[in-house]
Amino acid sequence: MIPAEFDYLAPDTVADAVAALAADEDAKVLAGGQSLIPVLRLRLSYPTQLVDLRKVQELRGVRDDGDALVIGAMTRHSDVVADPLVQQHAALVAAATATVADPAVRHRGTFGGALAHADPAGDLAAVALALDAELVAEGPGGRRSIAAADFFQDYLQTALSPDELLVEVRIPKLEGTWSVHYEKFNRVAQAWAIVGVATAVRREGGSIAEARVGLTNMGSTPVRATAVEAALRGVPAEAGAIAEAAQHAAEGTTPPDDLGGKADYRQHLARVLTRRAVATAAGV
Amino acid sequence: MTEQMDAGLVAEQIAATPGALSEPADGQEMGRGRRRKEDPKLLTGQTNWTDNITLPGLLHMAVLRSPMAHAKVLSVDVSAALEVPGVIAAYSGADLADVMGATLPCAWPVTPDMVSPPHTPLAVDTVRYVGDGVAVVVARDRYTAADALEAIAVEYEQLPAVVDMEEALKEGSPLVHESAGTNRTFLFDFPGAGADYAETVAAAGDDAVVVKRRFVQQRLLPTPMEPRAVVVAPIAAADDYTVYSATQIPHILRVMLALTTGIPEHKIRVIAPDVGGGFGCKLNVYAEEVLCLVVAKKLGRPVKWTESRSEHYQATVHGRDQVQDIEIAARKDGTLLGLKVELLADMGAYLQLVTPGVPILGAFMFPAIYKMAAYHFTCTGVFTTKTPTDAYRGAGRPEATFAIERIMDELAHELGRDPMELRKQNWIRHEEFPYDMVAGLTYDSGNYEAATAKAEEMFDLDGLRREQAERRARKDPVQLGIGISTFTEMCGLAPSRVLGSLSYGAGGWEAAQIRMLPTGKVEVTSGATPHGQGHHTAWSQIVADALGVPFEDVEVTTGDTDSSPKGMDTYGSRSLVVGGVAIHKATGKVLEKAKRIAAHLLEANEADVEFDKGAFSVKGSPEASMTIQEVALATFAAHNLPDGMEPTLDSDYVYDPENFSYPHGTHLCAVEIDTETGFTTIRKYVCVDDIGKIVNPVIVEGQVHGGLAQGIAQALYEEAVYDDDGNLTTGTLVDYLVPAAPDLPHFETGRTETPATSNPLGVKGVGEAGTIASTPAVMNAVVDALRPFGVRDVRMPATPERVWRAIHGSDAERAAAGTIAYGGASTSTTAATQEQM
Ligand SMILES: Cc1cc2nc3c(=O)[nH]c(=O)nc-3n(C[C@H](O)[C@H](O)[C@H](O)COP(=O)(O)OP(=O)(O)OC[C@H]3O[C@@H](n4cnc5c(N)ncnc54)[C@H](O)[C@@H]3O)c2cc1C
Repeated sequence: MIPAEFDYLAPDTVADAVAALAADEDAKVLAGGQSLIPVLRLRLSYPTQLVDLRKVQELRGVRDDGDALVIGAMTRHSDVVADPLVQQHAALVAAATATVADPAVRHRGTFGGALAHADPAGDLAAVALALDAELVAEGPGGRRSIAAADFFQDYLQTALSPDELLVEVRIPKLEGTWSVHYEKFNRVAQAWAIVGVATAVRREGGSIAEARVGLTNMGSTPVRATAVEAALRGVPAEAGAIAEAAQHAAEGTTPPDDLGGKADYRQHLARVLTRRAVATAAGV
Repeated sequence: MTEQMDAGLVAEQIAATPGALSEPADGQEMGRGRRRKEDPKLLTGQTNWTDNITLPGLLHMAVLRSPMAHAKVLSVDVSAALEVPGVIAAYSGADLADVMGATLPCAWPVTPDMVSPPHTPLAVDTVRYVGDGVAVVVARDRYTAADALEAIAVEYEQLPAVVDMEEALKEGSPLVHESAGTNRTFLFDFPGAGADYAETVAAAGDDAVVVKRRFVQQRLLPTPMEPRAVVVAPIAAADDYTVYSATQIPHILRVMLALTTGIPEHKIRVIAPDVGGGFGCKLNVYAEEVLCLVVAKKLGRPVKWTESRSEHYQATVHGRDQVQDIEIAARKDGTLLGLKVELLADMGAYLQLVTPGVPILGAFMFPAIYKMAAYHFTCTGVFTTKTPTDAYRGAGRPEATFAIERIMDELAHELGRDPMELRKQNWIRHEEFPYDMVAGLTYDSGNYEAATAKAEEMFDLDGLRREQAERRARKDPVQLGIGISTFTEMCGLAPSRVLGSLSYGAGGWEAAQIRMLPTGKVEVTSGATPHGQGHHTAWSQIVADALGVPFEDVEVTTGDTDSSPKGMDTYGSRSLVVGGVAIHKATGKVLEKAKRIAAHLLEANEADVEFDKGAFSVKGSPEASMTIQEVALATFAAHNLPDGMEPTLDSDYVYDPENFSYPHGTHLCAVEIDTETGFTTIRKYVCVDDIGKIVNPVIVEGQVHGGLAQGIAQALYEEAVYDDDGNLTTGTLVDYLVPAAPDLPHFETGRTETPATSNPLGVKGVGEAGTIASTPAVMNAVVDALRPFGVRDVRMPATPERVWRAIHGSDAERAAAGTIAYGGASTSTTAATQEQM
């Protein structure tokens, strides 16, 4: 299918991009195009102007910022996966990103685009939530930082206003000895998650001192499984205790009920996959 | 979720021995694993796809499609579309009514009283499925055409959708075709060639064990890499038309376009350029082919139409979609008595080229490789407000094979027998061939024992059964299942006389021409039109062997009704078995003439001239010899030919097969099922196919792998889902899950070779074998893994959720889904009421 007509602009700087967005209220940002182009081709959206960020160098790359890692919005999935800083300080991001689609999509799609698109079936939002990421936006009024918990507002809806760009994402480094795992359940390797579980676990001796659990596709936004996190605090790092805590995984979730799976099945999967993810991360 | 990316044996072979991949000891081309001649062009992007064709003044057509499954079309207003800059023309169905023909063709009236309502290329007063065309726009570029579609105003009055076949047949159901007065397309009744089924079972009395099952063949969406595309180039002054189409059937298309539009056949030239897969969905005559033609004629300018993937899923035919009520009867000792098959076959909204014939092809395949006294087949065709169905890889035979192979397992379970032992007890033994089947066919050859023995050896059946027992005993969350499929199929469609007896509208012959050029090179034309298989490579090998010329010296031409004017095209695994044999026979005619010329030039008696490896020589005086190339040059010069002989070394042969061919094989599959999530992983897949003589093992391997992928896809992944309003909810590749390499296991392939006796090459065909055999092998394995949970069937595709519910659902839920039986036992006599599942 063919999109409706639009104008196209590829500015070199964030400032020019922000100005272009401000100039046209029906403008849209184009990052890797892996979600936006299908939407346009199916004529589900009719932007008048596309502002392509591919030339904006300052939006690319990963840097170490002391207690946090900063990933530029236009960093491609394939670059995120391969980045040594990400592997060292945000291994959960690398693990989840490696499960996104296929190599072709990962070479086009961007970290910022995936978060800004805010598809609850996307793998990266749950990770950002579990890691307490801060999403940095820039608009005509300047920069602001939005906590992941506030960023994802509803299905495909974020706290970004139409004239704001997502410029970078700050991911606090995990202090202490953490291990991580992303457990994705899908029917074919290239498909979106039916349910995904992002976990980070800090062990102290024989027990779990702290755990983070984010859920993919268990509601209209990514979900933080706080009940599981609470139940895991201080329990022995053993199969039985983890299984018991994982029983809370579906609490308060309202997963979709569609071709990919009925809601009760997804809730069941969330419990099983949480148990497996935490056990794997905890080395049990 | 599996990460098995093994490139397979063939890739290893290619790496190890570039050039000649596997060289037969006798130096022959037959059996040589050659790389395909077609590949360099494909791999370097020099392929001539229809959508790549661009012509001066080319216009682009787009089709406005119904968003409703069923509605009256009250009005179509194209005037605003005509205002869009760049738009050249826009037409509603009514605007084209006088030129587009009264109906698209259905060539297979399976019963004399079949209901065959008109199917106009654009709907005129009623739309009958989401995707039914209502108007076209023609513009200078495809972007403008797409924009202008939005400017067309259509007023619809919605009518109720008819989605479910059983509902459609009920009294008072809304009618898809009001004028037909019924949604029943036909009732085909075939009592087989054996004894009466009911009498046979009754005569066995208490000794009869009867098992009944309802299997559902879900609807599938054929997904060739290249969607459909058409370009029509008119020469207005000559009233002459060249139609380029991504089709499997340029020859049939030409005849049908002429019959549909009234444009004389000799004024239409059809070209199938490089075609990127078809799997049966390009074995058709489509509305857009007619529309491009009549619009190009009207405008006097070339017109192109190319569909998108989502348009393809709406408007290109779908496959399968049957409900199968199967009843099998055996004696308590396992000897089969008979089989009764009652099918409902979903036609969709209209009858496309061979829509009604697809389930009927299956009629001959249900008894498969088994001896039985009685067989009865009935099939009811049903109209629904969905995209029409038609041929899809295997066409009728996968459905039949699935049913018999699944119910053989169910019968074995019922009798407490090993499923392989039950098969061995009942199959046709090697020494019994040729064998007259209860479905009326005569199988010429086969060796089920050999293929099965080899497969069992490769599979480690005993080891896997042991592991299965252990996993069951310890209630492992991952259960193992083992599935068998000892299949056969009928290929080489088909003897024309047989097609005639089945009321098919055409014959089943194939044409070939050979031209020896002055320099000794050989041009071959074939009516079998490839769409990715590798015909040019295989035909070159056949010709090289027959004429003793190098493989490289053979050039094959296909797919153009000007240069290869006669043909019946490619489908039903017929190309080699019919088209390849035609070529072989044509080489015989060339050799015959060449021999006469050689004898004349060598001044020898024709009877004394021998031909071997490309050279003619005189018996007893080996120095008197000339090559076939020398004969070709001498023929061209024509200085010294026998009196009255034409100076050509050409031949023409049309071959009509005397019988189908019957490839067979044994496929064994082991699956692991994660009982916590329901996820199925294929742990091991072994297949031993007997496709008779092999021309090129590389091509065979490719066909087997692709076929297996498609059959496994039906078992585990693919399903076209419609909602109650008749919307296709799996309308894109996001929701319609086509598996790719990471999802498939390493295929362990093997072969046995039992030559067909019904053709001189001994070949049988391999295009569909993998698809036909693999679906039941996988599903038998899935059900086998779940037997400890009381499961006796799982609907396809066996998605993780379905499998999980089959294990963990309530009994009522499981009974409703057909995964367990009411009350457990499923044995009954034929007199008992049909079980509801
Ligand atoms: C076949 C396929 C399979 C996929 N499978 C998965 C999967 O399994 N898991 C998964 O997580 N994702 C998957 N994706 C999506 C992929 O990760 C996309 O890359 C991602 O969702 C969007 O990133 P993008 O850079 O392509 O953004 P675009 O498509 O360019 O943009 C997406 C949206 O975000 C907005 N946007 C983008 N960047 C910014 C920015 N910097 N500031 C403000 N707004 C912005 C755009 O305006 C648009 O609305 C898949 C995509 C495809 C095509």
